[in-house]
Amino acid sequence: MMRYLRLVGIQLRVSAAQAMQYRANFLIEGAMSIVYIAMTLLPLGVLFGSRTHVAGWDLPSALIVMAYFIGVHAVIEGIVSPSLVDLVERIRNGAFDYVLLKPVDAQFMVSASRYEPWKIIDLMGAIGLAVYAFSLRGAPPAPADLAAGLLLFGAGVLATYSLWLVCAATAFWVVRLDNLVYLLGSIFDVARWPIQVFRGLWRIVFTFVIPVAVMTTFPAMALLGRGSARLTLATIGGALVMLAVARGVWRFAIRNYTSASS
Amino acid sequence: MRTLRALPTLWRIGVAETIAYRAEFIVWMLTTTIPLIMLALWTSVASEGPFQSYSSSDFVAYFLAVLIVRQLTSNWIAWQMFEDIRLGVLSMRLLRPIHPFWAYGISQAAALPFRSAIAVPVSLILLASSGAHAITTNALQIAMMIPSLALAWVISFGINFAIGSIGFWVTQAFAIGGVYFTLYTLLSGYLMPLAIMASKYPTLTKLTWATPFPSMLAIPVRLLTRNLATPEIARMLAIQAAWAAGSILIALAVWRRGLKHFEAVGG
Repeated sequence: MMRYLRLVGIQLRVSAAQAMQYRANFLIEGAMSIVYIAMTLLPLGVLFGSRTHVAGWDLPSALIVMAYFIGVHAVIEGIVSPSLVDLVERIRNGAFDYVLLKPVDAQFMVSASRYEPWKIIDLMGAIGLAVYAFSLRGAPPAPADLAAGLLLFGAGVLATYSLWLVCAATAFWVVRLDNLVYLLGSIFDVARWPIQVFRGLWRIVFTFVIPVAVMTTFPAMALLGRGSARLTLATIGGALVMLAVARGVWRFAIRNYTSASS
Repeated sequence: MRTLRALPTLWRIGVAETIAYRAEFIVWMLTTTIPLIMLALWTSVASEGPFQSYSSSDFVAYFLAVLIVRQLTSNWIAWQMFEDIRLGVLSMRLLRPIHPFWAYGISQAAALPFRSAIAVPVSLILLASSGAHAITTNALQIAMMIPSLALAWVISFGINFAIGSIGFWVTQAFAIGGVYFTLYTLLSGYLMPLAIMASKYPTLTKLTWATPFPSMLAIPVRLLTRNLATPEIARMLAIQAAWAAGSILIALAVWRRGLKHFEAVGG
């Protein structure tokens, strides 16, 4: 355990050093984050411009879902995505051999070996948005709800991470998968809307098949005090099940690795 | 003339590439399914009563038309160019006696029959079954869909080629591709009809019509779903033609300037 923590520390330092090398990126990334958040809010503005409630959600509560969406997105893009993109590349050119040779769990190496520190700007944006949403509501969240909301933020990140890992593991069978990130992005895009907005078959798909509800809607409901102990436990349980499944798929996939170059 | 003679061969190579990298091809196709999600979202919003002037079946027709247009006009050449520049593969392409603009263009165009084979029948059946009354009945408009789609394809390809050429200056140009896609999703009518956006953000929508994005998606969709007067049809096609010419010129200009910076990394 200590070794993993030390490893994270070293990799964080390397990533931070790399990020500082391109200081101009700070401005570009900052500007892009603002544009991204503004753009994300635009459809919401249109929707609530003509309706006060959509599927039981008013504007401030929908903004909370959006804040979770931006927050989870920032964490995943900052910690997981860069490493997974490397994984796909390494499987193709055979460099994955070296990852397997290292004396740490390979899943750890492919999940968190490179970071994008500037994504912290997006995370700040998400927090800012949540604060703004609560100021619109006129009351801060109750301490218990805040705790549940933060806990479920972790569950949402884990659930998203699991989905990412499963998709990345397909790279062991499919040789060229550079565009994986874009597919994941478009799946995850659903998570910006409260799940109740979708009906029938769609809601079932987005709750159980691709559990985007676990990623943003349920955590937002907990933070808004609309959740229940059962929902909180179910969300955490769901995230853990996804993690276990992802771990299983990963171990199965890694056994199929035949090394591309040697 | 030489380019013309090479066309059939380039086409065959493009087809072979599509089949060889079929998994990647399918993933790219899946990334263009956002209209289906938007369809689910807006129809469920409209089920409580029409949203502005759009009823549930208007949304169905609109987003299925979006899906068809998107499948037939999207391309991801910018991403391939970033890769080719970054890995030095471009050196090989430059040695060939054909301008890469043509080579890339034909390789993308060769994937079109495959994409239409999957996307178009499904969407047309859905359109006919649930949104039939929301499609245009004007024969001229339906005929004009073909040049409109072709122009939309040229604009999308030209802009992608220009963005790909930015890879000459910046090695990590994926972020620029991301910005482009975000702008595209919001300003082209990909997430909602521009008419709906206009009611809440009139200035922004007016600005949108000054960008090439509506020509890539909103105009063909409008031709398919709204009944328009003949002068209006001509005006829409003229806007598209102007942007098509403009995007080719910009693409070639950016390419020519960028090429001077090419360092043939790794090649």
